[in-house]
Amino acid sequence: MSETLLRIDRLTKRFGGVVALSEVSFEVRRGSILSLIGPNGAGKTTLFNCVSGVIRPEKGSIRLSSGRQGDLLSGLAPHEVARMGIARTFQNIRLFAGMTVMENVRIGTHVRTNAGWLEAIWPFGRRVRQEEHWSFERATRLLERLDLRDAADRPADALSYGQQRKVELARALASDPELLLLDEPAAGLTHQEKESLMEFLRGLKQEGLTILLIEHDMKVVMPVSDWVVVLDYGAKIAEGLPKTIQEDPTVIEAYLGAKT
Amino acid sequence: MTPGELFLQQLLNGLTIGAVYALIALGYTMVYGIIQMINFAHGEVFMVGAYLGLTAVLSFGLATPATGGIARLIIVIGIAAIGCGFLGLLVERVAYRPLRKAPKLSVLITAIGVSFFLQNAVMLGFGAQDRYVPEMLPVRHWGGGTVSITPMQAVIFAVSFLLMLGLQGIVYGTQLGRNMRATAQDPLAAKLMGIPVDRVIAMTFAIGSALAGAGGVLFGVYYSTINFHDGYLTGLKAFTAAVLGGIGNLPGAMLGGLLLGLLEGMAAGYISAQWKNVVAFAVLILVLLLRPRGLLGERLAERA
Amino acid sequence: MKRAVLLLLLFLLPILDPNPYHTEILSTAALYALLALGLNIIVGFVGLLHLGYAAFFAVGAYTYALLNLHLGWPFWVGLPVSGLVAGAAAVLLGLPAIRVRGDYLAIVTLGFGEIVRVVVTNLEDWTGGPNGLMGIAHPSAGPLRFGVEARPYYWLLLVLAAVTAWACARLRRSRIGFAWLAVKEDELAAGCLGVDAIRMKLLALALGGCVAGLAGCVFAAKQGTVTPDTFDFIQSMMILAMVILGGLGSVAGAVCGAVILSVAPELLREFAAYRMLLFGLLMIVLMRVRPQGLFGSR
Repeated sequence: MSETLLRIDRLTKRFGGVVALSEVSFEVRRGSILSLIGPNGAGKTTLFNCVSGVIRPEKGSIRLSSGRQGDLLSGLAPHEVARMGIARTFQNIRLFAGMTVMENVRIGTHVRTNAGWLEAIWPFGRRVRQEEHWSFERATRLLERLDLRDAADRPADALSYGQQRKVELARALASDPELLLLDEPAAGLTHQEKESLMEFLRGLKQEGLTILLIEHDMKVVMPVSDWVVVLDYGAKIAEGLPKTIQEDPTVIEAYLGAKT
Repeated sequence: MTPGELFLQQLLNGLTIGAVYALIALGYTMVYGIIQMINFAHGEVFMVGAYLGLTAVLSFGLATPATGGIARLIIVIGIAAIGCGFLGLLVERVAYRPLRKAPKLSVLITAIGVSFFLQNAVMLGFGAQDRYVPEMLPVRHWGGGTVSITPMQAVIFAVSFLLMLGLQGIVYGTQLGRNMRATAQDPLAAKLMGIPVDRVIAMTFAIGSALAGAGGVLFGVYYSTINFHDGYLTGLKAFTAAVLGGIGNLPGAMLGGLLLGLLEGMAAGYISAQWKNVVAFAVLILVLLLRPRGLLGERLAERA
Repeated sequence: MKRAVLLLLLFLLPILDPNPYHTEILSTAALYALLALGLNIIVGFVGLLHLGYAAFFAVGAYTYALLNLHLGWPFWVGLPVSGLVAGAAAVLLGLPAIRVRGDYLAIVTLGFGEIVRVVVTNLEDWTGGPNGLMGIAHPSAGPLRFGVEARPYYWLLLVLAAVTAWACARLRRSRIGFAWLAVKEDELAAGCLGVDAIRMKLLALALGGCVAGLAGCVFAAKQGTVTPDTFDFIQSMMILAMVILGGLGSVAGAVCGAVILSVAPELLREFAAYRMLLFGLLMIVLMRVRPQGLFGSR
């Protein structure tokens, strides 16, 4: 039986007068894909931002168990969260426009490498060369896997939307994470690209990666998820197996609004 | 002078210069509120105002304090305000408008370039040394005992007050003012609603510059000497005042100006005149670190 | 190989052209090249718009001056110490500065720069006030003694600039360099990818400040005197303009920008009164016509 990797406990966040998250609790099991769904403004991205340390919740906690019991994530800075083995992508793609595709992906390896400024300048460091080599190799393998090998040296913003999404994904994977947070990875993709994405996610899951997914497209969510959590107006209104959620009347009403 | 009297005198002096800072700060705050730009050259407009005032005074013959000094002063202020208003329009049109879509760095560098240009232009035209501004009002001291207020100080208060009142009138009572507020809140929506955004921005610059020009005359006559370098220093102080009050916030700029003048007056009186400039910088940094929204909060356009 | 030849040529210049006035210009250019390279780390690599760089130049100069005049420390000991102290100052002043919102960072750094200058001007007992400090020792290396002649200083500065340029080029292509670029482009995304943005910014400030400190030390040693009015906002702006002219982030650009803007005033001697005017115009036109500078991209 797989254990809990991420435990979110009564997470609450307010922005001025608006309650973005209200006592949200759920668990993500290691090696599973959990989808977070809900109408726009339900607080899904806010939750992601709390997990990755971009914003600080008012109440509640986020715990990651990674060998050591229950490491507290809430309150850490984003780079510290990344160091714990959590990587993410963004709703509006945030690639580094001034870099090539390869350079973007290699930034992902920053968290797994160590070379400081002194080692960077000193020309005779063998360890630095090894690190650079490893970083390059890892990025290359990821690009190959995502069919981006040919685009490696092109500026990141010159690629198509779908390709940019893939680069962002590769960049997140380059850090060898335990937990991957994907914010609307299927948005703007063609039908074919969505199929590839789902295949890819299944492949990642088989390799032991845990994925937390925000998505609107039910044709992507349902086939790929092991578990679904539904948010509305910042509160969790349902969670369960995909099939159960699909038929849950509360969920349907939330999406369609108050029926006449 | 008793400590109480010293305090009161410094208070008075501080508020006087504070009123001038407030006039200049309004220009900074209006421009930042409407296009999120720190108009680095605004201080130079103030300085130009002072020199325009000087030129006007010298051209129209020496103002003898006894004969209608105030009327003459008002005319000089008017000339400087109008002149600076046009200068503001010119700078906006030539230097800033083409960079409307450029990154912030480019705009800031351009503004600094304009600042250097204006400083040097005035220096070439009027010389690098201090210039003496003739007295325009009788030199008297009203008040009891050792605490006194001069007519000039009273005029500064009155003129600043009236100008600020006038500004409030424009901003809240005219179509232009409504357009300015709309553009400041949401430039895209304003444009879609048919507001001539470019013209509104230009007028914002013009009004802010006119106020600074008026402030320049008041400053020059009050201190009796002006120098081409005054714009830089006073400009920074006025900017501090704007931030102190809350950038984009008009009452904030007025409050910030007065407050900063007061703080400076206190520093000059109780520490030393040399360190009083550090007060402004220290206030600026402290505000930005501890309460960047300023005292009355910011008013900025919604960003996309 | 090309660069080695260029370097050799630069080295030989004062021998091929022994005109002391020309050598003086060369040494000024080399000094500014060093300064521009240092500021380029802060503004170009990480994207921190710093308007108070001259303060670190001042810290370096005054550190050596004080160590030399009061403790008798020789130049070669003072040099690294000046660098370290200036680097530390940059970090110290940077700590609060990097917390403020982007627009205001520039103003805060300007404020700090001015504060440093005013403090130095007013602490008369320590710094000699507006008249500064005098009688600072020139360097000496064994039997060789630097004097007032510009040539040995030029060589020293050339070496420092060359080493700095080389180090910068290596840094830019390293893990740190890419981390800097990520922070410059998108600090949030960089953070989520594990880049400690604050540490990266402070590192850039430390290195950039250190370079300014080295430059300050050499400057003080050459002049023999230091006065606070050398290190004003105009000086900070001048160095910034050199970096921008060259193209933010470009090492070669920083050097070229420095050479152009330090040599130009000499060539335009008759227009000395118009210096600020032309400088201002240059910036206005540059931002309009080619904001990325000579070697910048996009």
